[in-house]
Amino acid sequence: MTAPLTPLDRPNSYIGRSVPRPNAKRLLAGRGRYVTDIRLPRMLHAAFLRSPHAHARIISIDADAARALAGVHLIATGADLARICTPWTGTLDHFKGMTSEPQLPLPLDRVVWAGQAVVAVVADSRALAEDALELISVDYEELPAVVDLDEARQPGTPRANPASQSNICFRTQLDSGGVDEVFVAAAHVIEQQFSFGRHTPVTLEPRAIVADYEPDSGMLTVHHATQTPYQFQDLYSRHYNIPEARVRVIAPDIGGSFGMKLHVYHEDMAVVGLSMMLGRPVKYVADRIESFVSDIHARDHRVQARMAIDADGKILAMDVHDATAIGAFSTYPRTSVVEGNQVIRLIGAPYDFTSYRAALEVVFQNKVQTSQYRAVGHPIACAVTERMVDIAASRAGFDPLAMRDRNVIADDAYPLVSPTGYKFEALSHQACLRRLREIMDYDALRGEQAELRRRGVHRGIGIATFVEITNPSPAFYGVGGARISSQDGATISLTPTGEVRCAISVTEQGQGTEAIIGQIVADQLGLAQEHVKVITGDTEVTPHGGATWACRGAGIGGETALQAARRLKANILAIAALVLQEQAAALDIVDGQVVSAASRQPRLDVAEIARIAYFRSDTLPPGTQAQLTVSHHFAPQGYPFAFTNGIQGCSLEVDVDTGFVKLLKHYVVEDCGRIINPMLVDEQLRGGVVQGLGAALFEECRYGETGQLLNGSLADYLVPMAMEMPDIVIDHVETPTADTILGAKGCGEAGTAAASACVLNAVNDALTPFGASINTIPITPARILKALNRY
Amino acid sequence: MSSIMSDLDEADATVRVRFVVNGRKTACDVAPRDTLVDCLRTQLELTGTHAGCEMGACGACLVQLDGRAVHACLMFAVQADGARIDTIEGLSESGVIADLQAEFHRRNALQCGFCTPGMLINAHELLSNVARPSREAIRDALSGNFCRCTGYEAIVDAIAAVAEARAAKAAQGAEGASS
Repeated sequence: MTAPLTPLDRPNSYIGRSVPRPNAKRLLAGRGRYVTDIRLPRMLHAAFLRSPHAHARIISIDADAARALAGVHLIATGADLARICTPWTGTLDHFKGMTSEPQLPLPLDRVVWAGQAVVAVVADSRALAEDALELISVDYEELPAVVDLDEARQPGTPRANPASQSNICFRTQLDSGGVDEVFVAAAHVIEQQFSFGRHTPVTLEPRAIVADYEPDSGMLTVHHATQTPYQFQDLYSRHYNIPEARVRVIAPDIGGSFGMKLHVYHEDMAVVGLSMMLGRPVKYVADRIESFVSDIHARDHRVQARMAIDADGKILAMDVHDATAIGAFSTYPRTSVVEGNQVIRLIGAPYDFTSYRAALEVVFQNKVQTSQYRAVGHPIACAVTERMVDIAASRAGFDPLAMRDRNVIADDAYPLVSPTGYKFEALSHQACLRRLREIMDYDALRGEQAELRRRGVHRGIGIATFVEITNPSPAFYGVGGARISSQDGATISLTPTGEVRCAISVTEQGQGTEAIIGQIVADQLGLAQEHVKVITGDTEVTPHGGATWACRGAGIGGETALQAARRLKANILAIAALVLQEQAAALDIVDGQVVSAASRQPRLDVAEIARIAYFRSDTLPPGTQAQLTVSHHFAPQGYPFAFTNGIQGCSLEVDVDTGFVKLLKHYVVEDCGRIINPMLVDEQLRGGVVQGLGAALFEECRYGETGQLLNGSLADYLVPMAMEMPDIVIDHVETPTADTILGAKGCGEAGTAAASACVLNAVNDALTPFGASINTIPITPARILKALNRY
Repeated sequence: MSSIMSDLDEADATVRVRFVVNGRKTACDVAPRDTLVDCLRTQLELTGTHAGCEMGACGACLVQLDGRAVHACLMFAVQADGARIDTIEGLSESGVIADLQAEFHRRNALQCGFCTPGMLINAHELLSNVARPSREAIRDALSGNFCRCTGYEAIVDAIAAVAEARAAKAAQGAEGASS
């Protein structure tokens, strides 16, 4: 049986097809061109002297010896850069009452975390610049450092920023009303506390930037390893007072980003200023040790949660408090409160209950900033919710999968508004649950678990349902005053030989943006994909747009490309109609040929239309102006976000003698709406899952009492490696959004959103016979042994 | 004048090293503290070799030195004097890893591509030593190559598929030779 044809089912249909990425071959040959690789004429190298203290006053800086070193071109302090760069503040208007101190590229008189850049040196080579750093002496007066999250929240504790009233950055609450009454009447009330450590993105290519200010033209070109070139064009323009049209930001091949490379970093901002001061290109690449102390970290939450259920295992209410510590500043321009805000709004999201209360408290401390990293808030919300659901299931006497089946929002209940105000267009929890049960062979897995348990082998099965935020509208940042676009733009042209080039504002970091845009354009225009060239990552070349973050590339960028391609197609057919003396509506394009729409008979090469329009316009009727280049923008309308959903499962084994966890298999059923390239979606899910598994078991930025990062190298900070990771089985349910023609939603964060929750539940499931319980992530062997009273 | 000359002498404190890089004789003047990865990337512009952690933990800088995969970040360039060095650029041009590259491409066993040259060099070494490694053995062999993007499964699949294809081809060759 075949499904009825949709407008997307046609020849040259690339939507829904797994095709390899055209731009991946040169990366396989070592021909990528990352910012790290860029070398410009007269280019100099920057290095930064960093604070050894978590909190200290800068008394004096003596850089005379460094300045005298041969090969050193410039030494700049906070005061030097403050003369040309205006300060920034990481707050947004829609987070009412939020505060954060103004920031400058380098500090004027006080350092607020260990590792903060204090003095910049520019020299002929990076090695020379680092030699010069050793000749600089800075006199500090140490101040009390606020390190721990709980300590930061105590009244009377020292302040991370002494000028502020307290360590509170932001507080907010949600209350659907009547929550206390529901808890009083509930058959069961479960209460738990959770702790989530800090971890950090660890992109394999560290942050890298080459700023090239040309003083005669007043033109700033920045080669920047970022997801969001337009955002940085705006920021460099405003903070260095350069007209926007004279700022060009180029993001070439990027060695991983995951949200980390879209924030303003002090060193990056400084490098722009250094280039302006010298009138020469200046390059800075963070080394790995610097990455650990200066890239954003993420998570660092303590959550108290209560859940009320009735005697039949129906969830009635949740009441949560999330406290999170974000470092000494809120990041710019997206702030550091989005994660906490999403935690309290996503908790309970898959489930059908209406009584909800949540409080969020965001505090400052003397550590590097936390901010948006892949799956922002989702892993916290998901782990809290799903662990509570598992405990509730056990209390009410239900199997975890059956408990979810009883409680998820029914697939036919949409559209609806969640108790936290999220508007869900259409989710598919029930369908996903059914698929997961099948692909896991759940009942057999449970049987095997029971059998092995009798033999002293402790396996655990974990389930986690999730909702993911994708395709954000201006409701995300724009309404708060951030100049972060939620729309995208594309310029699409038919070239004189009949090829197509599409320059689009969404960007590529390896996830396959260029591949799917090429698929969509080829599909819509009726061309083979090899005739479509996609260009991204250069503010001088593509229209302004939001670029790539919050899983918006396929849903918003893809729709932009689709609509642009349709407009170009209409223009091509308009010329074809004149040439063929035919109604445009009676024509179509298939495989690069204009054909009769009804008979599919070829009439004319698309290349021939291009030739006529570009070189023999004299043969077209008077007054005809062929428009074979179309610029088109698309901003999401309708729902403020396109929510997606899915469910994950995992099977693992706990060695109760050593506390080691062996991941056996992981399962994902995901609904990201229309799938453009199934292989790329699956690989996004797998990569995302593994980032979540790393968070679950290994990754933690560990600090000493004085605020020193203790494990800031790749030998000490554990990341997931091939040996420890399981194979991941993936299946899909497809519920396209009706807000766009394409119907695509995002998929990049879904894997990370629920993977750690799955592992948390599975480890606890494995430990059931011992009555042990863990609510702390990462779940290290030491924590497992502690829970087992064996440590 | 004499002080200028002494400054210049100091700046010129380099050592001449000679290697055969990707099949060509090459000489470089390097500072004793320059690592092999810096020399390859900066002086020879072989930017396919990447520096990820600079302490031998991530595998992004793997190159072949006299036929063995080594971390170019853990060696000084002067230590490689006289060696044969093959980088991702050379291995690509010679075609010896073309089947691995094609399979990685077909299965999308790379995303950002930053770990990929090191992955390929390690995979090439593995398959040179073990004809048909198990998935477990492949995962074990990759345990010094960090990939933040893929989750590793597609990489394991690609290497396993190439091992099978090479084994099948070898069997076919042996059959052809015996008949």
